[in-house]
Amino acid sequence: MRIGVPVEAAENQRIVAATPKTVSKLIKLGYEISVATGAGTRASFLDGAYKEAGAQIVSDDEAWQCDVVIKMDEPSLAEIAKMRSGATVISRMVPDDNDELVQKMNNHGVTGLCLDAVPRISRAQSLDVLSSLSNIAGYRAVIEAAEAYGGMFGGQVTAAGKTDPATVFVIGAGVAGLAALGAAGSLGAQVRAFDVRPEVAEQIESMGATFVRSAGQQEVSEDGYAKPLTEEQLKATAETYAEESAKADIIITTALVRGKAVRTITAQMVANMKPGSVIVDLAASGGGNCELTVPGEKIVTENGVTIVGFTDLPGRMPAQASQLYGTNIVNLLQLLTPSKDGELTLDFDDVVQRAITVTHDGEVLWPPPPVQVSAAAPVATPVVQAEDPAVVAAREAATAKRKEQRMLAWGGLAVILVGLAITFSPVAFLSYFTVFILAVFVGFYVITNVSHSLHTPLMAQTNAISGIILVGAILQLGDSNPWVVGIAFVAAAVASINIFGGFLVASRMINMFRKEA
Amino acid sequence: MSSALVLAHTSLVAVDRWHSLVQAAYVIAGVLFILSLAGLSKQESARRGNLAGKAGMVIALVATVALALLESENAIAVTGSLILGALLIGAVIGTIAARRIEMTQMPEMIAILHSFVGIAAVLVGFNSYITEPKDDAVHLIEVFLGIFIGAITFTGSVIAYLKLSAKMKSKPLTIPGRNLWNLGAVAACAGLMVWFLASPNIWALLAMTVVSLVIGLHLVAAIGGGDMPVVVSMLNSYSGWAAAAAGFMLSNNLLIITGALVGASGAILSYIMCKAMNRRFISVILGGFGDAPAAAGEEVTGEHREISVDELAQSLAEAKSVIITPGYGMAVAKAQYPVAELASKLRARGVKVRFGVHPVAGRLPGHMNVLLAEAKVPYDIVEEMDEINDDFSETDVVLVIGANDTVNPAALEDPNSPIAGMPVLEVWNATQVVVFKRSMAVGYAGVQNPLFFKDNTQMLFGDAKTRVEELVHAVDSALVG
Repeated sequence: MRIGVPVEAAENQRIVAATPKTVSKLIKLGYEISVATGAGTRASFLDGAYKEAGAQIVSDDEAWQCDVVIKMDEPSLAEIAKMRSGATVISRMVPDDNDELVQKMNNHGVTGLCLDAVPRISRAQSLDVLSSLSNIAGYRAVIEAAEAYGGMFGGQVTAAGKTDPATVFVIGAGVAGLAALGAAGSLGAQVRAFDVRPEVAEQIESMGATFVRSAGQQEVSEDGYAKPLTEEQLKATAETYAEESAKADIIITTALVRGKAVRTITAQMVANMKPGSVIVDLAASGGGNCELTVPGEKIVTENGVTIVGFTDLPGRMPAQASQLYGTNIVNLLQLLTPSKDGELTLDFDDVVQRAITVTHDGEVLWPPPPVQVSAAAPVATPVVQAEDPAVVAAREAATAKRKEQRMLAWGGLAVILVGLAITFSPVAFLSYFTVFILAVFVGFYVITNVSHSLHTPLMAQTNAISGIILVGAILQLGDSNPWVVGIAFVAAAVASINIFGGFLVASRMINMFRKEA
Repeated sequence: MSSALVLAHTSLVAVDRWHSLVQAAYVIAGVLFILSLAGLSKQESARRGNLAGKAGMVIALVATVALALLESENAIAVTGSLILGALLIGAVIGTIAARRIEMTQMPEMIAILHSFVGIAAVLVGFNSYITEPKDDAVHLIEVFLGIFIGAITFTGSVIAYLKLSAKMKSKPLTIPGRNLWNLGAVAACAGLMVWFLASPNIWALLAMTVVSLVIGLHLVAAIGGGDMPVVVSMLNSYSGWAAAAAGFMLSNNLLIITGALVGASGAILSYIMCKAMNRRFISVILGGFGDAPAAAGEEVTGEHREISVDELAQSLAEAKSVIITPGYGMAVAKAQYPVAELASKLRARGVKVRFGVHPVAGRLPGHMNVLLAEAKVPYDIVEEMDEINDDFSETDVVLVIGANDTVNPAALEDPNSPIAGMPVLEVWNATQVVVFKRSMAVGYAGVQNPLFFKDNTQMLFGDAKTRVEELVHAVDSALVG
């Protein structure tokens, strides 16, 4: 089959659905590739590079005539009309809001695969375009903020005094949010982050940011997306936003749930922000999280707050965005081409394939049946969630303390008993006992740091060493009682098996361990 | 030498000098043993540690042989040839066993060596009772305890050996009220000790020996195969204490020092093992895996998916980072060689390959490390659980070869699981997990593994060795991504 890569119709769409690298991977799957001339130019991929990778350079109309068309933006009705009946189009689309397109594809006999609908299950992560684009958007948001913000992100200590690091507040710890807080953190800013889903706290903290806790946080989500909040939660989160936004130099807000923006920053909150501070609204495409956001524009408010509402953040890094998007498509086609023969086949028993299919064979298959994120999650997570971390910590501390007290009591008892035993034992025994106790402690300290991988050789070695009991047997061999000599002989023989066997085996093992040459 | 000995016999002062010289040798040997164990705690110094141990042993033995000849009550030639004979027997058997043993059988070897220390301690104890005066209560207690520990070590190790070499079923033997039986047996021994101290006689000693032999037998028979790493290190500790007890009864400082060192080392190893399995030492010793909440865990069912060798080879060829987590199944299938070959092939292609070893993988602490080292896997790419657990999320492919319970997410997610709370390798965080397994059977702990039903998990059924060998070939012909 032939895959076509047309030019994106929108002038400002710089991302292309295939790069020279992904073209060669598609060819390995058995496909032939036709790239419309100039399709990659806006992402700095020139026609020559595609040609070198094995693609054919064709006109845009010819690209639309291929068996499979891959692209970034939702196709227009006119574009669908250019396609052959029975062909497949793979792109981002919003079938819920664009019934006309769904009908057009269906009537025209085109199979529509919607990349926005990839279910959020682990297996499908490699096809999840939302994740890969959001990741870039999150990073770019920090770069845009840094450009608009008239200060340094990292704190400085100089001979002329010290400057504080910028405070960045990230709302929403989805893929974009996490990417943003990672990027801001590595520029040296102090990063605080908030999400209504409390289970992401760990992820936020693992990126070195501070997780802002609030009464507005809800329960663990079952499908990876946040749920609508209750009245009380809304109020509590609004308070958190007000408090945090007043402190922040930069706010990056990413609250976009299934294409819809949630209002997080009100005009009042913006008015309370410091002049010179910056808001980057990653939800601008869905109307904006901030009340004052103008989608697609960068504006400055009366009190000097810059609000960046760009909707093309991934497109501002077109080469890498195209590469990631293209790889998502390669991964999808890998799934759809199980025998790597260049024949695209759909298997509706696979939830991933079913979930993304909008139209097929003259049938509208939208909306797909719901997919549960993970069968285990709903069972397991409530257990984790049921308890307040503070309560757990307190209980653990109490247990530890009780344990410590118990240890102390037993230890004390042991010391008293041993003391008594020593007091009432003969002097000759004492010196041996002293040696014994000291040797035990030496043993503990010597072994405590043993490397895990050496446990087995260590055991063989201690085995050999404990063959030292041979010493006792040898000394008894000189006895005049033949019984004693006989028993001692057996003991000596057995103990020396230990010595020879143990040492040899230990050195055999030790000699096998080698470092990389 | 013989003229010196003749001289020594003639002068009491000279004999005292000899004794002091032997003591000096013992001190040196003791120090060398400490250095030996210290050396073995790191890879870099392990060889030196082994040498130090050997040197210490040679010094101690030369001094002891000299002392034995000096104090011999029989003709020196007779005693000398007896010593030589015993050493020769030991040397021949020990050397042959050490050369022949395969690395996969190391746990059995270690277990049987422990039993030798145990039986030697028992024999030395009896001799000590026969030869020394019988009016010293402290000495009698030492003899009694020495034989007690030695006998338990002996039968316990023999049972451990039988279980590890699969000559005996590894299932725990569960006699009703077995802890009471043990307690009763120990009480009987205490009673026998009272009798023995009141009127020292060989029968009390023999009766106690029989009872403690049975205790050792029953103690280890009641412990399941999964807990064997703890048992082996515990017996390691016991063999040390047995040697130390022998040192007390013979008034020999070197035996005391060495025994204490070994005893402490074994105890630490047991503690590390218990912690790695999240088991309390007492409950391991008392035997029977998971008697408390067993079978109360959630029933896990679901569908697993399979992967072919070629598909796996393809994804390995395209992967940037691969982690291999081996388990006892790899040792059973002797798959360590093809696994090592696979690792080096992938590394040659620039794939980052590492091994993640769970502390209780295998049947002996550190067993997996030895097997991988045998197959020439550089030890710096073999990492411990704590070092590698955070890296799974950045890993493309994880190969689980013959491991089951050590990669079971139920340990963290299901509080009712028998293995709940045991730290495990969090392999499921990787992009793709492939499990090499014979069938869908459960692991030692008898728990089903929800890992097999995860979305990113695929199964590759069959003998681990042949599968990995096929994989090595397939990787060769796979296209580079």
